[in-house]
Amino acid sequence: MVALTSILRERIRQYISSQQQPTVTILSSLLIVQDELAYIPQEAIEEIAKFSDCTINDVWGVASFYTNFRFDPPLKHQIEVCWGPTCHIKGAPDIIQSIQKSLGLTTEGDSKSVEVTLRYSTCLAVCAQAPAISLDNKLAGNVTIKKSKQLVDKLINQEKK
Amino acid sequence: MNYLDLKSKAENNWNLLANGSKPWIRVGTALCGKAAGADAVIERVRGELSKNSIEAIINEVGCLGLCYAEPLVDILNPGGSRVFYRNVTPEMVPELIESHLKRNQPLNKYAIGYLGPTPIYGLIPITELATMKPQVRIALRNAGHIDPGDIQHYLANGGYLGLHKALTEMTPETVIEEITTSGLRGRGGAGFPTAIKWKFLIGSNEPVKYILCNCEEGDPGAFNDKGILDSDPHTLLEGIIIAGYATKASKGYIFIRHGHDGPIDRAQRAITEAYNNGLLGKNILESEFNFDVEVSLTGDSYVSGEETALMESIEGKRAMPRYRPPFPAQFGLWGKPSNINNVKTLSYVPEIIAKGGKWFSGFGVNKSTGTAILCLTGDVVYPGMYEIPMGLTIREVIYDIAGGIPGNKKLKILQTGGPLGGVLNTSKIDVPLDFEAMAEAGAILGSGGIIIGDEDICAVDLTRVLVAFCQFESCGKCFPCRLGTTHLLEILERICRGDGDDKDMTQMESIGKSLQAGSLCGHGQLGFNPVKSAFQYFAEDFKIHIKEKRCPTGKCSTIMVSPSRTRP
Repeated sequence: MVALTSILRERIRQYISSQQQPTVTILSSLLIVQDELAYIPQEAIEEIAKFSDCTINDVWGVASFYTNFRFDPPLKHQIEVCWGPTCHIKGAPDIIQSIQKSLGLTTEGDSKSVEVTLRYSTCLAVCAQAPAISLDNKLAGNVTIKKSKQLVDKLINQEKK
Repeated sequence: MNYLDLKSKAENNWNLLANGSKPWIRVGTALCGKAAGADAVIERVRGELSKNSIEAIINEVGCLGLCYAEPLVDILNPGGSRVFYRNVTPEMVPELIESHLKRNQPLNKYAIGYLGPTPIYGLIPITELATMKPQVRIALRNAGHIDPGDIQHYLANGGYLGLHKALTEMTPETVIEEITTSGLRGRGGAGFPTAIKWKFLIGSNEPVKYILCNCEEGDPGAFNDKGILDSDPHTLLEGIIIAGYATKASKGYIFIRHGHDGPIDRAQRAITEAYNNGLLGKNILESEFNFDVEVSLTGDSYVSGEETALMESIEGKRAMPRYRPPFPAQFGLWGKPSNINNVKTLSYVPEIIAKGGKWFSGFGVNKSTGTAILCLTGDVVYPGMYEIPMGLTIREVIYDIAGGIPGNKKLKILQTGGPLGGVLNTSKIDVPLDFEAMAEAGAILGSGGIIIGDEDICAVDLTRVLVAFCQFESCGKCFPCRLGTTHLLEILERICRGDGDDKDMTQMESIGKSLQAGSLCGHGQLGFNPVKSAFQYFAEDFKIHIKEKRCPTGKCSTIMVSPSRTRP
């Protein structure tokens, strides 16, 4: 366990010190760790505090504010569904319900039956193609219940193989 | 590097493309193109070309604004005109290539129009399409036509002429005068005169000053800022550099939410190319002017688009608004004088400088000069991103441009200017789209998003979604906003469930008052707008829900999505 932690710490140190842009902050370091690991482990909070010369509380304060950060490893696949007003009036509630059914969920979160994490999004920026969802960061627009079911099933079946 | 050298090199390259011997295929791969499946189309195009041993140039371009027609592919055969094909699927590609490229026969059944000197039998020029004809494309002039990843394309189409003119013929003061003449006002929502904002900054002698470009654009229903970055990032970049010159600033930031990889990558690439061509850094275009630009990413937080919260976020902190005064022009990013402008505002600047403020003020009405970049979404036949002269009415925009309401249904509800704007009913359909007229109607033009709902939409249900957004996105700094939005949402959810009571509306009014009075930033101050305007225009809907405990459209009984995450 100790060895694993030290490997993880070394990787995190590499990510945060590899930032190319001139302005490096607590937030930019958190974003790069989240990009690489898909979550923010406790080790990252500590390493970013050291790197930025601030307290663990300072880093937690930032990390807990932005809703994109999560603090435990997500499942293998991510589905984002938009609940913004355009998607809502174009039928997002039914699509959300149908996806939840496929994943055995009643709200957003990690599915217990398949390797898929469901997340609500306030806007995927493709409102003209509403309702929109995103599967593993790939956007899909003009989604119907049928189409969303196909896409989600494909993701789940791919996992079974 | 010298501007004229850059320009002539770029024009030569462009001529080789436009008048060369190879076919030129352009595919729209902005966010909406991607959502419609443009990536698979490009892959198929590449595959078919190599299978048929056809040599052609393939470019990924941005968004022409005709989101309803995505994926949009246009093909230019040597010596011909560009033909635009709509809703292209990978399955259509072999047929298109066989007919258009191998037999030089445009496939009219899939086409929406052409562009170029040679008329195509059976097609109209795309500029004559109902969705294109009323448009005046200034900030979007290159969108959908050039490769946003290639600075040569931008330079060949008059790019950086405004900057060249500013640096060689104008002083910072005369640049600001030109902006004053243009009447340009902020397109982020408030409509504050841009020239006055810039003058605040020029007054300070501080050597370090910042131009902050706000592309956070968290408004659901608006995607025009990201659309510009996705389609023509150099227009924005040139605008930022000119703003930097006019205000004697030293550095610019493009502030955007992480995760929108397309627009972010294109902005990054534009900056790198600008440095490589002497358009950023030291001695820009061989002048004395030095300026740097950097992309700053933020996390998921709607309030980070508020001007002082934006600065907190660039500094890497929690995106919570600051107290004002001191104002950003005195004490901004890292305590230095700073100016915040929206993407659209800055994207007009290059053309205003190149063609003159008077030219720009020739479009629009009264104090709202120029154009508005609208995102029309929801229940319309042709949703998309349209740049129209200010002053067209909502009716003209919905029925003439966006093709009206599908399925012969009636228009019921209009939601403008983002979730904090308001809702309107059909009595306001002849209101002109300009800053003053919209404010008078009780709504805001805001960032240009207009969500259209037909007769099947429940106004109470939509209000609940808007308030759920305000509640979820409250940063939590001011408790009237944090608790008020939560309480409003609870009441609205109760009304939607059929458990509303007579006192609910008065109680909401009273919460709304404290929201407005007790919040530091626009999020709380305007947070009651959706409810207030819904009371004004859809009182009947509320009455039926509360008195008769039913929803006339049956929408309210469906599930209520409320995110489980809250800010600690």
